[in-house]
Amino acid sequence: MGAPHDSDRRRLLRGMAMGGATLGLGLWQRPLWALTAPDQPTVLRGDAFDLTIGRTPVNITGRTVPAFTVNGSLPGPILRWREGDTVGIRVRNTLDETSSIHWHGLLLPANMDGVPGMSFDGIAPGGDYLYRFQVKQSGTYWYHSHSSLQEQAGLLGPIIIDPREPDPLACERDYVVLLSDWTDLDPARLFARMKKRSDYDNLHKRTVGDFLRDARERGLRATLDDRNAWGAMRMSPTDLADVNSHTYTFLANGHTAAQNWTALFAPGERVRLRFINGAAMTFFDVRIPGLTLTVVAADGQSIQPVDVEEFRIAPAETFDVIVQPRDDAAYTVFAQAMDRSGYTRITLAPRIGTQAAIPAPDKRPLLTMDDMGHGHPAPAAGEITCGAAMGMTGMNMDHGGHDAGGMQAHPASETRNPDVDMQTMSPAPRLDDPGIGLRDNGRRVLRYTDLRSLHAPDDDREPSRIIELHLTGNMERFTWGFDGIRFADAAPIRLKYGERVRITLVNDTMMEHPIHLHGMWSDVEDEHGRFLVRKHTVAVPPGTKRSVRVTADALGRWAFHCHMLLHMEGGMMREVRVEE
Amino acid sequence: MRALVLAPMLLWAGAAAAQDHSHHHAPEAPPTAAQEADPHAAHRAQAATASAYRPPALTDADRAAAFPFLHVAHDHGDPLMWMVQADRFERTQDDALAWEGKAWIGHDRGRLWLRSEGERAHGKTESSLEALWGKPLDAWWDVLAGVRHDDGDGPARDWLAVGVQGLAPYKFEVQATAYLGSGGRSMLQAEVEYELLLTNRLILQPRIEAVLNGRDDDARGIGAGLSETSAGLRLRYEVRREFAPYVGYEWSNRHGRTAEHARNAGEAARDRGWVAGLRFWF
Ligand SMILES: [Cu+2]
Repeated sequence: MGAPHDSDRRRLLRGMAMGGATLGLGLWQRPLWALTAPDQPTVLRGDAFDLTIGRTPVNITGRTVPAFTVNGSLPGPILRWREGDTVGIRVRNTLDETSSIHWHGLLLPANMDGVPGMSFDGIAPGGDYLYRFQVKQSGTYWYHSHSSLQEQAGLLGPIIIDPREPDPLACERDYVVLLSDWTDLDPARLFARMKKRSDYDNLHKRTVGDFLRDARERGLRATLDDRNAWGAMRMSPTDLADVNSHTYTFLANGHTAAQNWTALFAPGERVRLRFINGAAMTFFDVRIPGLTLTVVAADGQSIQPVDVEEFRIAPAETFDVIVQPRDDAAYTVFAQAMDRSGYTRITLAPRIGTQAAIPAPDKRPLLTMDDMGHGHPAPAAGEITCGAAMGMTGMNMDHGGHDAGGMQAHPASETRNPDVDMQTMSPAPRLDDPGIGLRDNGRRVLRYTDLRSLHAPDDDREPSRIIELHLTGNMERFTWGFDGIRFADAAPIRLKYGERVRITLVNDTMMEHPIHLHGMWSDVEDEHGRFLVRKHTVAVPPGTKRSVRVTADALGRWAFHCHMLLHMEGGMMREVRVEE
Repeated sequence: MRALVLAPMLLWAGAAAAQDHSHHHAPEAPPTAAQEADPHAAHRAQAATASAYRPPALTDADRAAAFPFLHVAHDHGDPLMWMVQADRFERTQDDALAWEGKAWIGHDRGRLWLRSEGERAHGKTESSLEALWGKPLDAWWDVLAGVRHDDGDGPARDWLAVGVQGLAPYKFEVQATAYLGSGGRSMLQAEVEYELLLTNRLILQPRIEAVLNGRDDDARGIGAGLSETSAGLRLRYEVRREFAPYVGYEWSNRHGRTAEHARNAGEAARDRGWVAGLRFWF
């Protein structure tokens, strides 16, 4: 490993090294993210790294089960790189199955991207692979396995890349907050369970009692209308998360809420929190009661700082947030799951042993027809179409066409497709929508329209063509795809090297999907086609249609997929092939 | 406090923007929400003007790295899955054991189904076993085709079967199958179930079933036309999703010639009684 740079030493002296400590609750004696000292995350820095993928017993729920780990820790060690350096990472696989590491959000040659079957052959059991590439960017990123469902079993970790020039965002304290969802279940069994009974975790469906209460409060007519709409679609408005706290234990830096990972600060110091959502299937809503969150970066890229009280983070997104606690008191960093079924937390504390109150999770939200783009059908639309088998004649379109009269057209491949259980009729970008469960909650919540890249893309050409892709699925069968076609049956999306395209994503499901393109940036546009923010993962809520511009400046075969791990596994994935 | 946090960053943002403009050849602002240019432009091969963007020139090394020779294809797909489910596995009031269950193995686009229904009472067993190939018809319905074997009272019967099963609007679970047997025999069987959530674990399940026969089958005590109907109401508690004990009440009626056959054999044409059982799957 290379010697630390001088600037690194200075940073260390300034107290910027990653660190933290847990309260001595005595409940959980096995430190999960602890190689060097209890609960201090391991930071590996330099330009040469040796990582070992292995199986390590962990005890998160009270039961000892094997996790997939990097260098024996869950999550894996923080890798700290420097922009411009060429890093070499030798990854050894001691599992009895093929494995891989993908560097999420990094621009690199295709054979370093770590996707078995696209970038390379994967790392065979007992084998190794030398990743070697130049680091072209700075900020907060993460790494994870891209082999089957290994990410769910714990194979993930943070990446921090220090900028070449002194970091204008340098703070007195700098911590990674890696959120994740853990289950003792073998992930393959979890996936199989979704295929057998996809509503397994939905223990909050509306009951007879709810019907009576709604009828009393809102009137029988309105209640019947509402039940009728959902019944006709064969769906449930409580379906906010495929997998929730019934199965998952939510973790921050590998710690449960009870374990309370703690980050220290001195009052008045500025604390940079690098939030990474490494969860397989969970959106988190994050806030720190008593503190304003200044969001300074999204997906590793600097944005114009924006003050909020809360933000939603989709799986695979990262947000860098700066806070400045002035009181000599503890603060709870509270991250509740989008469906409100559970939460995790860490504590910002002036000393070990102090903690603040934990907020109660918010009220469980219900999906509405508006949420699914069914609220305001265009005059011509007539009726909602759910179950793509019905009434789609004459609505087929070429990709790239614009919808006529406000009514969304759909690709022919969605018609009578068993893997398409609904279609949105009047989707909109809704970039200024805080999202379900966050509207009018009395807090200033981050919205995508708040994300303004500090720097415009080099390439500001108008896209030469539009690739429209519909996010599709069947909740009941638990099958997923784009345009009703799953990855296994789909041809690659071909881009010509150097071309600039617009990818328009239309969500034809009732779930939110974070869509991630490897190897190239996704430049998010607003509804007028103006550049907003450069991201690697773009959340597409139900009933929305969002566009990104992509410059095909990376030759090779790249994965393009939903970052809900079970959706990707279920088919919501494509190969994007950039050719000369 | 907010101002304190923000001040250095805004200063930086301003400085970065100012500095960047020196690299930026295009005087006019790009048509973007963020007005700053890319500070990394200088790191790139060419800091071209915005409108004349060119991707980096490619070398043979780039080409080799982009398309390495691969031995394997990406494995995200559609693994072999299976499920076994006992919808009814119960003891009736008159001490019979009754069951209805199914199992499947296969992939998203095609599964082998086994279905069985039957009753063992006073040492006599009547049962049916079906083996069917099922594939999705649309989002909600599967079409199935295969064979069925009936055992029990009288000679065994074999059938060819074709049917549908799925979820009707309002989440009614429906199963309907047409059968064709030797000697011109035919049969139609349909079943509808619904789940009423008293709570998310305490579930009341009404169920109705009807059997129609194309012609008399005296050897098995069956008459043409509507031969049997039954209705059940079961209240189960899902201790786990996979494991739910229940109690219920079952009404069954034999009709027409089928009822006559029953009466002649000293059996009642109408049957009512409590049941207690277990619903499970794995
Ligand atoms: Cu998804």
